[in-house]
Amino acid sequence: MKETPLSNCERRFLLRAIEEKKRLDGRQTYDYRNIRISFGTDYGCCIVELGKTRVLGQVSCELVSPKLNRATEGILFFNLELSQMAAPAFEPGRQSDLLVKLNRLMERCLRNSKCIDTESLCVVAGEKVWQIRVDLHLLNHDGNIIDAASIAAIVALCHFRRPDVSVQGDEVTLYTPEERDPVPLSIHHMPICVSFAFFQQGDPNPTYLLVDPNEREERVMDGLLVIAMNKHREICTIQSSGGIMLLKDQVLRCSKIAGVKVAEITELILKALENDQKVRKEGGKFGFAESIANQRITAFKMEKAPIDTSDVEEKAEEIIAEAEPPSEVVSTPVLWTPGTAQIGEGVENSWGDLEDSEKEDDEGGGDQAIILDGIKMDTGVEVSDIGSQDAPIILSDSEEEEMIILEPDKNPKKIRTQTTSAKQEKAPSKKPVKRRKKKRAAN
Amino acid sequence: MAEPASVAAESLAGSRARAARTVLGQVVLPGEELLLPEQEDAEGPGGAVERPLSLNARACSRVRVVCGPGLRRCGDRLLVTKCGRLRHKEPGSGSGGGVYWVDSQQKRYVPVKGDHVIGIVTAKSGDIFKVDVGGSEPASLSYLSFEGATKRNRPNVQVGDLIYGQFVVANKDMEPEMVCIDSCGRANGMGVIGQDGLLFKVTLGLIRKLLAPDCEIIQEVGKLYPLEIVFGMNGRIWVKAKTIQQTLILANILEACEHMTSDQRKQIFSRLAES
Repeated sequence: MKETPLSNCERRFLLRAIEEKKRLDGRQTYDYRNIRISFGTDYGCCIVELGKTRVLGQVSCELVSPKLNRATEGILFFNLELSQMAAPAFEPGRQSDLLVKLNRLMERCLRNSKCIDTESLCVVAGEKVWQIRVDLHLLNHDGNIIDAASIAAIVALCHFRRPDVSVQGDEVTLYTPEERDPVPLSIHHMPICVSFAFFQQGDPNPTYLLVDPNEREERVMDGLLVIAMNKHREICTIQSSGGIMLLKDQVLRCSKIAGVKVAEITELILKALENDQKVRKEGGKFGFAESIANQRITAFKMEKAPIDTSDVEEKAEEIIAEAEPPSEVVSTPVLWTPGTAQIGEGVENSWGDLEDSEKEDDEGGGDQAIILDGIKMDTGVEVSDIGSQDAPIILSDSEEEEMIILEPDKNPKKIRTQTTSAKQEKAPSKKPVKRRKKKRAAN
Repeated sequence: MAEPASVAAESLAGSRARAARTVLGQVVLPGEELLLPEQEDAEGPGGAVERPLSLNARACSRVRVVCGPGLRRCGDRLLVTKCGRLRHKEPGSGSGGGVYWVDSQQKRYVPVKGDHVIGIVTAKSGDIFKVDVGGSEPASLSYLSFEGATKRNRPNVQVGDLIYGQFVVANKDMEPEMVCIDSCGRANGMGVIGQDGLLFKVTLGLIRKLLAPDCEIIQEVGKLYPLEIVFGMNGRIWVKAKTIQQTLILANILEACEHMTSDQRKQIFSRLAES
């Protein structure tokens, strides 16, 4: 299937929201989504959930003959697959670009950083070595595959146990898990990838960055910077894609942020591994089945989104303190057709009005002259007639100054604009928000 | 012909078909057969179907029952094709036996004739626009299907715009076609949706719940701030409020409404109304 196209409206909204430092799910600029790690019954099997992005990692091993030029080292093999259930756009054969890029990044991050001691995987030099194979499957794509995949890979490797082998002279004995406990791999450090999404907004230098972009943000980003680091603040891999130009201090800043994030994630991983170890030792139940809650529907589960209404509160308090007694305001929605409702504003439908809605948001005074339900205004501009004349009143030249009354049965009220003109000096850009809040709260 | 078919069907099913009336509100699974009220008398206690086949039997006592989504006619019975709860609505004007349907939940939309949907324009080719509606194929929309559009006066539609329209042709064999006018030639709210605002996707069941008459959620949301909102039956909602913060709050509330009980919802609304 083709990917759902991104509409102009969404793109604009996302970019504007990012300019105001707002993300769709209420996170801050440097916040990661919730990371959840669960283990399966076998050693080396884990599922990592980064928000809704889900990656399954599985490690397996096999005895093979080593490469000719590396006779004393074991072999590592990494494979990331984008399952068709992850996104409708993933079809067999269609995802090659993204797949190649992700696989290359995983290889550089894990193989070139030498996080696994390959010498310890050697059994008989030149004849038998362990081949460790890490398979990663993307189960759900909600952005930032690379971070989730790197966490899944390293967690699976830390969790994995290989069968014990002993060499006595010429005899090599391979013990089954029943005979001897399997042995963990020897891992030096844990490299974890951190992704930064950059948004240019017309400047040659990217001005906005986000950590852990989700799928919508990835669609509108201009460039991506991936830094793979371990908790000792050693950079294992760094890759910048998208053709953006990054300044030196931006890269340094990102690496500092990555250091902090990696430390947190490493702590989370170690705790998860420890918990799983404890449960296994005590003989409790472990595995994927245990991490799924019974008697509860989890398919349509949603996490709590922290909604920031803090600044709205203080602004609303200001108004309520100085407001006049509210008049009656209707709040029932006007149903145009099934599926289209208009609530509150007694103006013309703004669909199709491209420019004016943007202007109003910028000029704080733009909305002052406009819109309250049921106000009968004889002329377009009467603000100057009523109320305090000393306060400067900013009028916009939007075409909505001509009021068109849609509810003729409402009582004509005193013109509301005088109340807002007195408060012109304070934060004008938030004015429309406050007035609305007062009306609704008074209901 | 109906009788041997229904006998075969019943023996294949392996169990007696249940009466639709007794199963109302319960979960039904695909493959189940349901008996309509008039047929229950015919089924004997043994379950053997031995009805005399008469040409004009039941002609006067047959009640017209409408088969809604998730159900299909199979001989004289209803065959369930989706899993969900069985629902029934009594006929308003007294004629016919009402509507039966299966209330199921899904996220993937299948175009249905008459549905109002929000689509994204993906391509302009000659006289038609290709609009993605979330189905298996993009729908086609002619440039003349807008209010006041003529060959000289073309509508201002760009690639990437949002369109609110309804389907005139939607079946599984052809690509769907949509229009932005009603049968009288008026737009009636349809057309290009304005530039600002946020589009997000929810499940189809939530849309149906929000579009039900007297939906509490919409009334409560309306009391919070002024807003513009468009619901597409394909699971897409477009929201616009005065500021980005408000729009984000609304989007999050609507998405979360699906999983909240009405008490939790009232709590959240009261908290927002205070602030």
